[in-house]
Amino acid sequence: MTQTRGGQSLRLHRQLSAIWGTGPGFARLAAVNHSVIGKRFMATAAIFFAIGGLLGMLIRTQLASSESPFMEEGLYAQVFTMHGTIMMFLFAIPMLEGLAIYLLPKLLGARDLAFPRLTAYGYWCYLFGGTMLLAALAFGVAPDSGWFMYTPLSSRVFSPGINADVWLLGITFVEISALSAAVEILVSILKLRAPGMSLARMPIFGWYMLVTAGMMVVGFPPLILGSILLELERAFDLPFFDPARGGDPLLWQHLFWLFGHPEVYIIFLPAAGAISTFLPVFAGRPLAGYRAVVVALIAMGFLSLGLWVHHMYLVGIPHLALSFFSAASALVAIPTAVQIFAWLATLSHGRPRFSLPMLYFFGFLFIFVIGGLTGVMVAMVPFDIQAHDSHFVVAHLHYVLVGGFVFPVLGAAYYWVPHMTGRMPVNHLAKPAFWMIFVGFNVTFFIMHLTGLRGMPRRAHLYPAEPGLEWFNFISSVGSFVMAIGFGLLLLDFALHFRFGRAFRRNPWQARTLEWAMPTPPPPYAFASLPHVEVRADTLHPDRIGAELAAGQGYLGFVREGRMETLAVEAIGGRVEQVVELPRPSYLPLFTALATGVFFMAMLFKVYVVAALAPLLVVALFLRWTVGRGRRSDSGPEDVGRGVSVPSHFESRSAPSIWAMMFALIADATLFASLVFGGLFLWISAPGWPTPVMPQPDGIATLAMLAVAGLGCLSAWRSIPSGGAGRLAPLAFTVILHAGTMIFFAWSAAAIADPTEHAAAATVFFALCYAALHAAIGLVFAGYGLWRAATGWVSSVRLLDLRIGLLFHLYAFAAAAITLAFWWLMATLGGTGIPA
Amino acid sequence: MFPAIVLAVPLVLSGCAGDASALDPAGPDARAIARLWWVMFYASIVLFALVMGLFALVMLKPGAGARLPEGRWILWGGLWMPVPVLMALLVVSLVQGEHLLAREGSGDALRVEAHARQWQWEFRYLDAENRPVTVDVLHMPVDRPVEVVTTSEDVIHSLWVPVLGGKIDAVPGHRNRVRLLADKTGNFGGLCAEYCGTGHTNMRFRVLVHEPEAFRALLERGFVE
Repeated sequence: MTQTRGGQSLRLHRQLSAIWGTGPGFARLAAVNHSVIGKRFMATAAIFFAIGGLLGMLIRTQLASSESPFMEEGLYAQVFTMHGTIMMFLFAIPMLEGLAIYLLPKLLGARDLAFPRLTAYGYWCYLFGGTMLLAALAFGVAPDSGWFMYTPLSSRVFSPGINADVWLLGITFVEISALSAAVEILVSILKLRAPGMSLARMPIFGWYMLVTAGMMVVGFPPLILGSILLELERAFDLPFFDPARGGDPLLWQHLFWLFGHPEVYIIFLPAAGAISTFLPVFAGRPLAGYRAVVVALIAMGFLSLGLWVHHMYLVGIPHLALSFFSAASALVAIPTAVQIFAWLATLSHGRPRFSLPMLYFFGFLFIFVIGGLTGVMVAMVPFDIQAHDSHFVVAHLHYVLVGGFVFPVLGAAYYWVPHMTGRMPVNHLAKPAFWMIFVGFNVTFFIMHLTGLRGMPRRAHLYPAEPGLEWFNFISSVGSFVMAIGFGLLLLDFALHFRFGRAFRRNPWQARTLEWAMPTPPPPYAFASLPHVEVRADTLHPDRIGAELAAGQGYLGFVREGRMETLAVEAIGGRVEQVVELPRPSYLPLFTALATGVFFMAMLFKVYVVAALAPLLVVALFLRWTVGRGRRSDSGPEDVGRGVSVPSHFESRSAPSIWAMMFALIADATLFASLVFGGLFLWISAPGWPTPVMPQPDGIATLAMLAVAGLGCLSAWRSIPSGGAGRLAPLAFTVILHAGTMIFFAWSAAAIADPTEHAAAATVFFALCYAALHAAIGLVFAGYGLWRAATGWVSSVRLLDLRIGLLFHLYAFAAAAITLAFWWLMATLGGTGIPA
Repeated sequence: MFPAIVLAVPLVLSGCAGDASALDPAGPDARAIARLWWVMFYASIVLFALVMGLFALVMLKPGAGARLPEGRWILWGGLWMPVPVLMALLVVSLVQGEHLLAREGSGDALRVEAHARQWQWEFRYLDAENRPVTVDVLHMPVDRPVEVVTTSEDVIHSLWVPVLGGKIDAVPGHRNRVRLLADKTGNFGGLCAEYCGTGHTNMRFRVLVHEPEAFRALLERGFVE
């Protein structure tokens, strides 16, 4: 029996590896597998962490004495700006994306994420965007206005070089990867789980990432909008932030912190999720208060979107308004405390054993609790008057981010790197490394609270030669070198681990989650067959399940026509719903990212002809992704093993790509809503309103356009038949209506005499361009639908292409109508000013 | 050992303070904030010790915490402990903030306009007839509130006088207000807190707090020595 089972496992392994594996040599550039891309994300982020760390060392070297001639102020500005930028955008976010990409399918019982090529595209965008920033640093033209890029300092007048453009374009390039990862993570968690795994049975890390990815979808668009607006101001003189022409520098701060505060929780939650996954293993019992933690997470997600103003207490906002944000900021401490006490409760009811991940949990708890307490302090308006923009805040944010992210991630590394290598940690250097990092960190940053209260502002490269400040800074610098040596030891420890780590057979920590129910290092297909989950998925027995799945006793324990198949479930209940056919490895993500890079480089070097053409190339390449995907005939329900048959995702009404389109449109709508908010904010806050240079909409044209938008929704709706093949006539009509919409908005935008004259005109101009752009994309979607229908890829059941298109058409026409409403609103308000 | 270190902190701090320390206040507002800080500081030590003590307990004495059901741990630690602390703190800081943040036209205040540019501060005294100007020096009388209105002609700056507990951004296109009140005469440090370009480090100024008569005399002479 064992003999046959073993033979069966091996045969299945060979068959699956042949179709799921990434090729050798150059074929690695075509990799789309989540294990491969996840590891690439994490390795690249680790390299950026080292670079960011070195920049931090330069800062501490400069500040070790009061009148240090080590760096001049211009270089120092590049160093502190890049330190913050790298750590936030090129280390923390990609690291958590990499962790989620690597782990989620394995924890949820799927063979890969929902959109493997998108994962790869995101990685390349991250790599190229990050490289742009590093190259700028090497050439001495790195961004130098601080990592939050406050304008007017970052405007063309006060930063005439390309430094600020490098930030705005490079970071936006990198954010493509954040948004695509967020959409992919959301869809994968909601759809690509093992059959039977309802949301309530999901391993807690899934909940953490679900909330995180949700926050990313609405958190990043304001930053992306802000970056686009600021780049438009720098490149084409559209005055969104110029107070002399109806703009307001504070608009940038609102958009930035609308992103920037959720960002802190976006970084913290995945790290906390890692703790909630490994801590129960070392406590020897499941996580206490699973439901309370889920509620706390969701509360945190919502609260975090209402806190951004606590970065702006001193910009002149009335105290009453500040009090609201102050209270919300303090309340965030509650869901945080719920999690901490859930962990303590888990430990108190278990038989805790100390191990390397738990040592890092101790480091996390010690540092993060201090960071949380100082966080409550700076949330209090009176105290923040003193602490704001001083080294107190620098200390606080390092306690929160290093405590809340770096320590848990290092704990997670000791816990999961064995999963990636199949070897156990060596242990000789791990403890000294931990203690040097831990002690070095506290020596560096604890005293820094006091340095700040004694009047040391952020971002100053010199300070008065008084004994107090000199000693405090010197102690911080010494601590930072101890910490750096600790990180050096840590690196060596992992090198030894890769080389000398002892191999293990399976599940070395006696974990109870699915990622250990597979061989380690994991094969590219992750699971030889997919499990059926009937209990909460952190109370499983990976050793037993692993052997069963390897023998093909779960779902999809076979290879069909060389397809890469995994299962999708009904989002909440976890009932198996469809079989998803994933795409093969492909060079297209790389080429598409390169074409995207051409656009960003052309913008950077102001070659606007190329910048206008590159998006066409990107669209063409994205269309190339679809070639050969789909089916030419209806296949009906397909056998997935264990006596179950479900339709292919090409024939499903709730295919992953439909969900992805919805989340992408939510992100898009958030960007648009931020623009509407921006327009109203300028009207209320900026000097120079109301203005006579307000472009006025035309009544009849507006009514005509509204009719077109309504017809557009209707015809898009009619293109999905209730029976029979795809209807070509309504689709063709949709194409015409999109074309008309595009021409109307492009013409309206062109009719604005001078959008650079006033922010009112610039804002309306931008909204009109937004609507025109969406009509153009709608045109592509409708044309694509026509082409697919005409070439036989669409039938009365194979409607995926049309359903995705329908969502976009509805959004584009709605956006057109809202743009018109926004224009009328701005024209009315901009002419009257604030009602008394 | 750690508590011993933190409890010794105030002693360390009282020595060798500069002239721009928030913990060495020269006015009632700064003193109130410093008091708030010390209260929060000691309360934080208690809360920190509590969490770390509980962690030590559950790790070192397995089973000791098991008598308390899981739900109680979460409810007490996650809700009943933080809620009253946060509520009390919020009320205190709301009242204090309402008192500290200046509103328009506060009685007998002396009015000064602080105009920031890369990289200097220009102070204009609006109550004197010829509206004299001093650069990088702010003169003010003791025991009388000074209402400073900040403006900027280029980028965002932030006016900060740590010993008086005042900080406010100077944003181009906006006029912001901060109230400064000193109850000691002396020569104190002021600085720009918001990064404003390569001269940020040196965008410092002096605050000279005079006896009322001396201040009046200086103001009448237009601060010409």
